[in-house]
Amino acid sequence: MPEAGRIAPPPPSFTRPPGRNEMRSLYERILALVFALGLLLAGQAIARAGAYEDALAGFTTDSFSDTADAVDALVSTGDPRTGPLLEALKDQRLLYSAETLKVFIKDPSDKLTDAATGEAVALPPTDIDNVRLNNRVRGLLDAALGSLTLMVTEPGRRFDAAQAVFKSRDSGALANIDKALEKETDPRVKKALMEARAAIVLYSADSNAEEKIAAIAVIRDRGDQDALGLIDGLPPDLPSTVKQAATAASAKIQSNLAFWSALQNAWYGLSLGSVLLLAAIGLAITFGVMGIINMAHGEMVMLGAYTTFVVQELIRAHNPALFDYSLVIAVPLAFIVAGSVGIAIERSIICFLYGRPLETLLATWGLSLILQQAVRTIFGPTNKEVGNPSWMSGAFDLGGITITYNRLWIICFALAVFVALLGMLRFTRLGLEMRAVTQNRSMAAAMGIRTARIDALTFGLGSGIAGIAGVALSQIDNVSPNLGQGYIIDSFMVVVFGGVGNLWGTLVGAFTLGIANKFLEPYAGAVLGKIAILVLIILFIQKRPRGMFALKGRAVEA
Amino acid sequence: MAISETTLKDTMLFLIDEQNKKGGLLGKKLEAVVVDPASNWPLFAEKARELISKNKVAVVFGCWTSVSRKSVLPVFKELDSILFYPVQYEGEESERNVFYTGAAPNQQAIPAVDYLMSKDGGSVKRWVLAGTDYVYPRTTNKILEAYLKAKGVKDEDIMINYTPFGHSDWQTIVADIKKFGSAGKKTAVVSTINGDANVPFYKELGNQGIKATDIPVVAFSVGEEELAGLDTKPLVGHLAAWNYFESIKNPTNAEFIKKWQEFTKNPKRVTNDPMEAHVIGFNMWVKAVEKVKSTDPDKVIDALPGIEAVNLTGGTSKMLPNHHITKPVFIGEIRGDGQFDIVWKTKGLVPGDAWSDFLPGSKDLEADWVTLKCGNYNKVTKKCGGHPS
Repeated sequence: MPEAGRIAPPPPSFTRPPGRNEMRSLYERILALVFALGLLLAGQAIARAGAYEDALAGFTTDSFSDTADAVDALVSTGDPRTGPLLEALKDQRLLYSAETLKVFIKDPSDKLTDAATGEAVALPPTDIDNVRLNNRVRGLLDAALGSLTLMVTEPGRRFDAAQAVFKSRDSGALANIDKALEKETDPRVKKALMEARAAIVLYSADSNAEEKIAAIAVIRDRGDQDALGLIDGLPPDLPSTVKQAATAASAKIQSNLAFWSALQNAWYGLSLGSVLLLAAIGLAITFGVMGIINMAHGEMVMLGAYTTFVVQELIRAHNPALFDYSLVIAVPLAFIVAGSVGIAIERSIICFLYGRPLETLLATWGLSLILQQAVRTIFGPTNKEVGNPSWMSGAFDLGGITITYNRLWIICFALAVFVALLGMLRFTRLGLEMRAVTQNRSMAAAMGIRTARIDALTFGLGSGIAGIAGVALSQIDNVSPNLGQGYIIDSFMVVVFGGVGNLWGTLVGAFTLGIANKFLEPYAGAVLGKIAILVLIILFIQKRPRGMFALKGRAVEA
Repeated sequence: MAISETTLKDTMLFLIDEQNKKGGLLGKKLEAVVVDPASNWPLFAEKARELISKNKVAVVFGCWTSVSRKSVLPVFKELDSILFYPVQYEGEESERNVFYTGAAPNQQAIPAVDYLMSKDGGSVKRWVLAGTDYVYPRTTNKILEAYLKAKGVKDEDIMINYTPFGHSDWQTIVADIKKFGSAGKKTAVVSTINGDANVPFYKELGNQGIKATDIPVVAFSVGEEELAGLDTKPLVGHLAAWNYFESIKNPTNAEFIKKWQEFTKNPKRVTNDPMEAHVIGFNMWVKAVEKVKSTDPDKVIDALPGIEAVNLTGGTSKMLPNHHITKPVFIGEIRGDGQFDIVWKTKGLVPGDAWSDFLPGSKDLEADWVTLKCGNYNKVTKKCGGHPS
């Protein structure tokens, strides 16, 4: 076309030189033709490059609707620059200037490039600001990026992309999914892609009944809440065969989910039990073994949590690379801090109050207030941020239940602490002396055991273990001066229910209460569930005053 | 004093300090008397009595929970003094001696729900109302439930859940919310969960992978201060509704934040909504006192309605005859740095409504201390003293 325009041949019928007028009109015509063609071409070029640049203008108005439209417009251009630009938008690295109407991309090293021209920008305009996002735009972005990143090299991102498409059910992504499915080799991603495809087909107006029934089968095999939501959310105006398949699939998923939900409750119960065990196990020593009603027990937990906070702060300030190990470092430190505070308390206050439980109760309660206020004065009243190391964040799916890593680790940790403590009491000299002193103080003293020293160490051990519990609880609860108060009642409940003076009782008591609580909660609600548990314990204590595992024999009378 | 109350105490000391730098009030310096009732409800009444009769204070700025306000009410009535209450609350009250500078439900809860129903908010169709088990969440949820039903939301699309104070094991409830939210309709959580229970709640949401783009949570008790103890990266996009956010850009707010951080000698100290309520309330009281040239409670109470004071969001709030004030409403999304990005705001200022229009009984009542001289005038029976059943 352009060639034709530029060298338009003269009309073949020229037998004599044309007249002046004719000449001019011919020239004019050719010129006009060339000009028009040129304009047309240039116009086309502008239009083609312009769709992308025009869409960018939507980012400069600071309006969420315009931003959303701009994202849609960018995706429809199919321009290869769209992917990186949307990634930048999602990571809050897309900036705009309302004055110059320009959009910039900031790369991770803070260098600015003009989004339209791709050139580096040395001097950005003064009114430069982030393009803001809200949930609607974020959702759109996830969907758009999902469709765009189906073919990237990392399987993890492909999986996320497939999940995003499954959620968005964007019919525009169907072609991309089919392309990706042909190449996909990773079975996990492939399954996700199939499910995403099924979700699109199920809701697409273009697919026929057989395709839909096939899609329902795929979704049914996924079998989770989202799958149920998809099938139950189907519009009512479907062919009856599809409807039948949907009802059958829905019933199948529901029975499947009911099974998993019972397992999920059991898991939650174990998890709550492990928290109770951690909180109570130190008390099982101070109250269970030594018989001291220690109302400041919760504050030892709190001290452990604050130790974790301080350790994390130091690590953040000096060596951020160690952050993932912060808890490992915090555990022995928390033991030492809480343990030494415990020993100090025993030596300075409790040792004068043996045999006077009421006064011990009041004194330790006062002490708990003093410790809370001290922490409040030193660290301030606000909650402190204790981060989760990467190995404690997130969750994984096991069949139909979601298991969060932090809960899983806390269960393991609680059991480890329990085993270590049990081993210590049974196999070490200190453990032997502790048991000797609690069973028969005067006989132990006669055998040459320094009972006062053992008392202090036992109390320190119980406190130290409470401190360790604080490290774990800092991962799931507020780190504030009030942290301990929330656990003190529960701890006493566990120890009394399990049987005073018996570590195994504490273990069984903690898990029984945890699981009972979690099976009651879905029916009774959190508030009534808690009340019901309390009532049950009171009734149980009426029947068996010494708890589930009562100590028998001479030790009881001692 | 817990976190939030300590901040409000510091705010009052700061405001009094500023006023004294300007030469005090009526030629005298203002003096602060601080008492700490330690979240012990009966002690609130006792301390209020002590402040009014022993310390002879001209006005009290205080209380936090609705329970604490309810326990001091009789004292303020009996001894005829003035209380400025700065916290968002459930409404259904208007007393002659109390001025409510926090948000009534129509200045926080209802606009938040409106936003979520709008296209920008995600066109939410299914609702979880989750709260701590006490009077504010219960009443607010009652109002919201009536409002949602009036908007055509069906019973099965509303889930209401209450938890005890300081609840820390959110696994079951978050799983329930996830289940409720995957029924194919856009779902949102309206949270009236109180204070400390929020942190484990948000942590559990983050860990179970519920993102704001799936199920947004809009909270009425989570502000800059509460977020200070949290890693907010997993929470980005969850919402809060307030009448003030620290991130609102205007010269008045910038100056206030600067002076506040200088006063507390802490360049990281955040500001929040109840603080702004105290700022407005304090300035209104100062203006009323200057107007009547006296701190006599009766004169000041009569002078306060109609008084205007600049708020920190770039407008002017006005004290209404029902002892509530006009305020703008903002919806903010949590950012990665613990601040909020304002995504929506009301066009103008919203007048606080003491008696909700969405509760039976309550909608017939009107509070007007200027012409009707009544906090609960029944428009149907034309009598003062009507009370919702």
